[in-house]
Amino acid sequence: MDKVIIADNLSLSYSNDETIINKVNFSINSGSFVFITGASGSGKSTLLKSLYGALKPKEGSLVVGGVELRGVSGSKLNFLRKHIGIVFQDYKLVKEWTIEKNIMLPLIINGYEKSVTQNQVDSLLKHVRLKHQAGKYPLELSGGEQQRVAMARALSHNPILILADEPTGNLDDYSSQLIWNLLEGANQQLKTTVIVVTHHIPETMGIDYKHYHIEYGSIHEVS
Amino acid sequence: MKSVRNHLSLVIALLSILFSIQIFIVVDRSITTYKHNLATKYSVVVVSQKKLDTETLLKKNTIIETIEKLSPDNVIEKLDTGMSAKSIDFLKLTLPKFYKIKLTHFPSPSEIDKLTKNLKKNKNIKKIESFSNNHDTTYKLLILFKSVISAFALVMIVVTILLIFKELRIWQFKHNERMNIMGLFGAPTWLRSAVLFRLAIVDALIASALAFILFSIISTNEWVLAQFKTIGISIVIFDPVSDFLILLGIALVLSLLLASFIVLGHKEEV
Repeated sequence: MDKVIIADNLSLSYSNDETIINKVNFSINSGSFVFITGASGSGKSTLLKSLYGALKPKEGSLVVGGVELRGVSGSKLNFLRKHIGIVFQDYKLVKEWTIEKNIMLPLIINGYEKSVTQNQVDSLLKHVRLKHQAGKYPLELSGGEQQRVAMARALSHNPILILADEPTGNLDDYSSQLIWNLLEGANQQLKTTVIVVTHHIPETMGIDYKHYHIEYGSIHEVS
Repeated sequence: MKSVRNHLSLVIALLSILFSIQIFIVVDRSITTYKHNLATKYSVVVVSQKKLDTETLLKKNTIIETIEKLSPDNVIEKLDTGMSAKSIDFLKLTLPKFYKIKLTHFPSPSEIDKLTKNLKKNKNIKKIESFSNNHDTTYKLLILFKSVISAFALVMIVVTILLIFKELRIWQFKHNERMNIMGLFGAPTWLRSAVLFRLAIVDALIASALAFILFSIISTNEWVLAQFKTIGISIVIFDPVSDFLILLGIALVLSLLLASFIVLGHKEEV
C-alpha cells in the first residue's frame, strides 16, 4: 500500500530551545483513517502543523504526498497544500467572506471552473445542512455551524489528505456527529486519508482506524 | 458603508499628496512664467564711447539674446535749440552710444555680476546700468516664494507618507489573517495579494479622479483666474491630460508600493 506520510527520525521545535517531537518514526498508508491522541501540550497539534508545512522539521525527514518538507520551497509547499484539506480547531474562516465564498476558496486556488465550483459548493452546503445560510458571514453563525463550513471547505476540492485538529472540540452533539459522518464518508467513499488530532476518539466510529498516541515527545501506535 | 470606510483613509492620504504635488507644479509654472515676463521686460543699458562690435559681444556672452542700439534722436530733440543739420550730425557722432541688452532669461544676481564684469573688459564701455537693486529684490522674492511653497509641499508629503505608513500597519493587520488562510490552502503569493493590489489600484484611481475634479474646478474658478490676472501671468493651472496622467502615475506607484510592502512583510503564522 502507498505511504502518504513517512516520518524518519523527525524532530520538531518552535525555536532552537525545546524539542517537542523527538526523533519519531512512523508512516501512514494512503486511504487510512488515523487518530492522534495525547495530553494537552504533548505535541499533537505541532505534529499536525508539520504535516501541512507550517512548521518545518528541525531534524530528520518528513515526506507528505511525495514532497519532502525539510527545506521545501514555497512553490512545492503550495502544490502540496492544494491537495490537502485542513480543519482547524479555531475554524480559520475569512470573516469578510460569505460562507459560500469560504467553501469555494480551495476550488478557486485549484483553478476549477466557475460552474463546477458552484455545483460543488451547493452540494457541500446541503451535506453540512447550511444551504439556507449560504450568503451569511462566519461571525453570523454559531461555533458548530462555522466548523461545518470549515469541514465543507476541507472537502471541497476532493483532497488526498484531510488533517483535522480537534474538529469537534467545542461542538454540540449534532454538529459533532455531522463532522464525524463527513470525515468517515470522505474516507470510505473517496478513499481520502484522514488524520484527526483529538483528545477523545468517538465511540460511535463505524470504520476501521489506526490510533497513535503522543507522549514525552515520542509517538507510538495503540493497538 | 464599511466598504467606503475601507477606501477612505488611503484615498484621503493619496489625495493630499496629489494636491501638494499639483500646487507645487502650479507655483513652479507661475514662477517660470513670471520670470519669463520679467526677462522680456528686463534689459541692461550700456553706454559706450564708440560703436560696439555686437557680434563679438553676443559670442562671448551666451546670456545675451539681443543687443539693440538706442537712437540718440530723442536726446537731440530735447537739446534742439535751432542747430543746423550739420551740427546735429556732428553731435550725433560725438554723443556716446547707448545700447539696450536683452537677455535670454531672467538672470540671477551672479549672472548679472558676471555679465557686468565681461562687459567692463571692453574699454569702450563707460557705463553699465543693470538696475541691480530692483532686480535683486524681485529675484530674491521669487526664490523665497518658491522655497516657502516647496517646503510647505515637502512637509505635507512627509506627513502624508507617515499617515500612509500608519495605514499600512492597519492594512497589514486587516489582510494578514485572510492571506494566511489562503496560504494554508496553497494559494500562490499573487493570488493571496490580489485583493490587496486591487484595493490599492482602485484607491489610486479614486484619488486621481477626485484630484481631477478638484483641479478642474479650481482651474476654472473666477477668483483664482483673477488672482493670476492681477500679477499679470497666464498659465495652465491644470492640464486635464498631462497633469492628470502625472497625478495618476504618482497615485498608482504610491499605492502599489504600499501593497508591495504589505506582501513582502507578510509572514505565515505558525
